[in-house]
Formats: sequence, structure tokens, C-alpha cells
Amino acid sequence: MTPVQAIIAKELRSYFVSPVVYAVGSVFLLIVGLLGYLYVVFAGAQAIQLMQMQGTAQLNLNDLVFRNLFASTRFILLIILPILTMRLFAEERKLRTFEFLLTSPVGINEIVVGKFMSVFIVFLGLLGLTGLMPLMLALFSDFDWYPILTGYLGLVLLGALFLSVGVLASALTENQIVAAFVSIGILLVLWLLAGLGSLLGDTAVGQAVSYLSFMEHYDHLVRGLVDTKDLVYFFSSLVLMLFLSHRVVDSARWK
Amino acid sequence: MIEVQQITKRYGQHTALDRVSFSVAKGEVLAFLGPNGAGKTTTMRILTCFMPATEGTARVAGFDCADQPMEVKRRIGYLPETPPVYQELTVTEYLQFVGRLHGLSGKTLTSSMQRETERIGLGTVQHRLIGNLSRGYRQRVGLAQALLHDPQVLILDEPTVGLDPKQIIEIRELIKNLAGSHSVILSTHILPEATAVCQRVVIISGGRIVAEDTPEQLSARLRQSEKISLTLKSPAAEIESRLKAVQGVQNVFTGGASGTFLLECELGRDVRDEVARLVVTSGWGLLELKAISMTLEDVFLQLTRHEDGLAPDAVVASADPAGQLT
Repeated sequence: MTPVQAIIAKELRSYFVSPVVYAVGSVFLLIVGLLGYLYVVFAGAQAIQLMQMQGTAQLNLNDLVFRNLFASTRFILLIILPILTMRLFAEERKLRTFEFLLTSPVGINEIVVGKFMSVFIVFLGLLGLTGLMPLMLALFSDFDWYPILTGYLGLVLLGALFLSVGVLASALTENQIVAAFVSIGILLVLWLLAGLGSLLGDTAVGQAVSYLSFMEHYDHLVRGLVDTKDLVYFFSSLVLMLFLSHRVVDSARWK
Repeated sequence: MIEVQQITKRYGQHTALDRVSFSVAKGEVLAFLGPNGAGKTTTMRILTCFMPATEGTARVAGFDCADQPMEVKRRIGYLPETPPVYQELTVTEYLQFVGRLHGLSGKTLTSSMQRETERIGLGTVQHRLIGNLSRGYRQRVGLAQALLHDPQVLILDEPTVGLDPKQIIEIRELIKNLAGSHSVILSTHILPEATAVCQRVVIISGGRIVAEDTPEQLSARLRQSEKISLTLKSPAAEIESRLKAVQGVQNVFTGGASGTFLLECELGRDVRDEVARLVVTSGWGLLELKAISMTLEDVFLQLTRHEDGLAPDAVVASADPAGQLT
């Protein structure tokens, strides 16, 4: 077992013995499930209306259910993922195990990557459980699977970005609440950059600002567009956040 | 095995360590003695590559702490001041994690864990969550963590804090047994501990090394005069001048209780015989006569207090056995 695997195994163990994962996971699944139910009911109501007016109804579940659901999930992730990441470094610093970790023969790279991977695995597990919804809907209706798969790809990439921001925020402080707040703050700013970008219009600055926000990149994927530009955005921002976390952890030793 | 040369550590304006140099030979146990905030933990953190020194070099087993930290970290077992344990893991899970970080696996890992569990007496608690263990057991788990990969060098920051007397004796025995095969640095402010387990003592105060020697030689070196305590049943009025007249007696102080006197004598001269004769022939009723030897505590207090402008005589008061710290 390599040190990275050892760290992943240990962090997963810590996640699943604490109540945090269960609380966060059940709230996440409950809200996503409830939203999905509501969108399906609305779609049903619309279908009945169309039937009465036109006699027939062609329902597009992709537009009426899944695109809305992917848009809402984005916001739910923004709130709950920082709660999963907040303990990663802040707790080590608070409980004085940070010194132990940094004096063991493991590179800071490996520590950062190990911690990120562990919470990423937890996130993938939770996301996987939401997959039950399209599977169940597929039993009773017809829809296009392609945008759903790219939408899930979008959620995976978006989640990875959110988690890496959370790792960075957790490395900055020994207070978990502060860590969660800082990462929610950074993510909201990244979100609002999209609004600022469209305010600036179709200028070079406006486009640059919009590019910095995850909104349009995620929207492309939800709409079924897989563009290298968007993938580059997600991967480069992930690497940048993990690199910054590395620098922060490294500099914490000097104080 | 450990060489520290002219290490200085500054935090902004504050100098935590000021040109500290010392070395530890293979198999030697060195005690780091000093009041709180003296720089013990800072020195240890530099040696374990947790933080870099501002100036100077530290080498462990021939590797430079600044240039080859991985090589150094592999050879060091470190127990920080607070045992670095994860409360949500069981003792076995925790040791497994530590071993894997050190690259142990399979049979080596199992046998190392077995060895330390037995050696440190964790057998009865190995399947319990660390969060539910007492302070003493957590400290032991921390120690097992430091020893798990059988390092050449052990750095222990106050290893017996929080243990009960029986455990303290066990851990001291353990450290003594490690001497010879391992080089050990341990910091402590419990002085008998240094005398009990260490061949050499470094006293550090205000970021500087103020003394370095064996415990015995330190106390011998710092003794500026022989002191004798004398208790009499019926002391006469002119007793002080009569005692002073004895060859070799430099000073006579009256002690706290009536009939006790403290005699300061020339170094290297035992005047007990003459004093006893004088007391007996004068009929003052000799109750007690004893030489006061300086304990390491007195040395420590003298060295670390000296900077505050306290006279070395202040040590005399603490030489009273009843007032000794344990």
C-alpha cells in the first residue's frame, strides 16, 4: 500500500465513523430526490394540460426534469461539499496531528492528493446514489441518455472543483467553521463572476471574467456539449487549487 | 548520529533559538532540559524537518535536515508534546496507518505492530477507539507510533507527561533499554527523569544552551562551596562566631527553625569532623549534621534563573529536601 492509498484509507475510515457523512449524505439525497420528484410532477401536470389542449403530448424529460435538476444540484453541492472538506486539514491542525503527518516520510503532494481523493470518493458515492433517479424514470418513460451522462460528467468535474476549493480553505485555518465559510465564499464569488461577465457584455474582459466562472462550462456539459475548452477549465482549476493547497500546507510549517 | 551546528531560529523579531550546537552519539540518550518556552520544542521541530532553521545546519544520520528531509524523516521516530493520535481510529488501525506511511506492509507491518504492542503494553486496548482511552494510554500509543518503524533516532518531547508513576518507571526502563541501539533525545522539565535515564544533559534557557555535561558533573561543576546543615538542641549565644572560627568555614547562616545552621565552607574541604568535635565539646547537643549536595534541580534553577539576576544563594532554599519537586 502506497502512502497515498494509506491516507485515502484512513480518511475514508474517519469519514464513515463520524456522523458528518451520514448527515450530509442523507440531506443531499433527500433534497435531490425531492426536487426530482417535484420536477417530474410538474412535467406530469404540463403533460395533462397539453393533452387537454392539443389531444397529444410529447414530453421532453431532458428539458423538463433533468436540466432543472442538474441546475439545482449545482447549488446544493455548493452548500454541502464545503461541509465534507472542512475537516481535512483544519482538524489535523487543531488536534496536533498535523505535525505528525508532516514529519512522517510522506511528501506534501501525497498528503494533499490523498486527502482530496478520499473526499472525492465519498462524493462519487453520493452522486452514484442519485443515479437511481434516471434509472427509475427510464422504466416509465423515454428520454435521451446522452445529455444525462454528460450532465453527470459535469457534476463530477464541478464537484472535484468544489472539493479542491474546500481542501484549500481547510488548509488555511484550524477552525472548521471558518474553513467551510471560506470555501462557500470562494465558490459564490466564482458563481457570481458569471453574472459580472454577462454585465460586461461581449468584450474581451467580459468573456475572460465569464470564463473564470464555472457556470458556462457546467451549462455546456448539462446541455450535452463536451468541449475541450470546458474540460481544460475544470482540470486546470483543480490542479491550481491543489497546488495552492500544497503551498499553504508547506507554509504552515514556517509559522 | 545527530549533529546540530549553530542553529538559530527567528520568528519575526523574536529569536527562539540562538546559535545552538550539540551532538548526540550513536546509542546515547540526551536530555533536553529547560523551562517552558526555552526552545526545546523548536529544536526538536527543526531536527524532525517540521520547520527549517533560520541559520545553521542540523544533520541526522549524516543527512541534512534542510536538503534531504525524506531521508531524515525515515530515520527518525518522533513523539510530539501532544500525542498525535486520531481519536476515531482504534489502536490497531492507527498503528497500521502509521506503519503504512513509513512504507511498512504485510508481515513486516504485522510483526512491528506486535512488537510495539507488547513492548509498550497496549495489548488490552488494541481494539478500542483511541478517543476512549485515558491520557496515559494515548501517550503510550504515541510512543508506539514513534517506535514502530524501528528508527535509529528517537526524539521524544516530554514522553512521560500524563502517565502515572508506575507507567513512568516503565517508560523510563524502556528508554534505557533503547539506549545503545538507538540515539535518543528527550526533553523534559522533570529533573529526576534526566538523571534517571540520560547519559548527558543539555540545559537550555532563553534559546541558548547554558550547560552541557553528565548530570553528576554538572552538579559538581556548579557547586561554588560545600554546604553543611547543622541542627543543635541547645545552641549558645556566641555559636556563630565559634563556628566561623573553625578552619575552612566561610559563612554561617541561621536556618529557619531554631537551632539550625547552614555552614558555607571552602570548596573541597570537609569540615564536618571538626564541627562535630566543637559541638560535642561545647555541649550544644548535636542532633543532625549533614553535607548538602546540589541536586540537578538546584543546578537547573541556578542556571536558568541566573539571567533574572537572582543570586546563586537562592539555590540554598531549594536544597531543602522537603521542597524538592518530583
